[in-house]
Amino acid sequence: MARIKRRIAQLASTIIGNGYMEGFAKGTIYRGKLKSVCFPGLNCYSCPGAYTSCPIGSLQSVAAGLKHQVSLYVIGFLMLVGTIGGRLVCGWLCPFGFFQELLYKIPSKKFKMPKILNKVKYFFLVVFVLLLPAFFTNEVGIGLPYFCKYICPAGTLEAGIPLTIKNAALRGAIGIMYYWKLMLLTVTIIFSILISRPFCRAVCPLGAIYSLFNSVSFYRMSVDGTKCTKCNVCNKNCPVDIKIYENANSPECVRCGKCVDRCPTKAIKSGFISEKKGRLNHEKILDASCGADNSH
Amino acid sequence: MKEKTKYILLLMSFVLIAMGVYRGEVKEVLQKAINICLECIGIG
Repeated sequence: MARIKRRIAQLASTIIGNGYMEGFAKGTIYRGKLKSVCFPGLNCYSCPGAYTSCPIGSLQSVAAGLKHQVSLYVIGFLMLVGTIGGRLVCGWLCPFGFFQELLYKIPSKKFKMPKILNKVKYFFLVVFVLLLPAFFTNEVGIGLPYFCKYICPAGTLEAGIPLTIKNAALRGAIGIMYYWKLMLLTVTIIFSILISRPFCRAVCPLGAIYSLFNSVSFYRMSVDGTKCTKCNVCNKNCPVDIKIYENANSPECVRCGKCVDRCPTKAIKSGFISEKKGRLNHEKILDASCGADNSH
Repeated sequence: MKEKTKYILLLMSFVLIAMGVYRGEVKEVLQKAINICLECIGIG
């Protein structure tokens, strides 16, 4: 049931977030005021259907501008989303995460990603998103969105390809960078068929930001040590290859809830848990209803 | 400790958003987002 709910959430977020059909039809983008609001997942703001802004693109564009070297508005927004759910967005709302999950369903030999690569996304965040746009500027002081320009395959998939198909002027301007990004998208697609969510785990700067909040967020995972038998069913079903019984709120966990569904002893729970009381809200509700039964 | 931390972070996030709005960053984000980002699509 949780699996179906998650699929509906992923599909709804992708369709609603990119629902400006006129953009796809005409090869243009939405230009309304909603674009001043960031989308919680990685979703290129130049996607013809996008109603909102990409937080990573916005972070870079403000840093690359003349006025500010860091965007408090975007950082505040990311902190808010991260504090509420940690990487919940990665597992439930991110269109590019959804895209990778679908690719991984293509039958093929599957591989595990070396754990050391999990750290690489922090390099992309610090260097390509925070430092280069703010400090590697031209003589006037204007920088570039380096992550978008040189790395991001989501921009190619969601914006580059649909815009160049429909917009002749953009198609005429295609150069070597377009092919570089097309190559990166192809590599991402191939790796996503072979490895579960490789971009989220090794490259995504947004995932890197949200991962910092997993240990403190309101939405949490919890493992009941008295029920857990360490059978590793959770690990075998985990899309990011973690052992949740070792660290229930690991920075890598995208909170997809597969482990919750598959745990044979029902030792894993997720929800808005109070650390102080160490319990889930629905457990309290269950207790309350039992108490009501006992009183009769 | 973590209980307090998340409430502090929540409060900080609202403060940062308010400061960003006050500094005019909403307009900056909008200005960038309503124009096709050539770098994003591999043309700029």
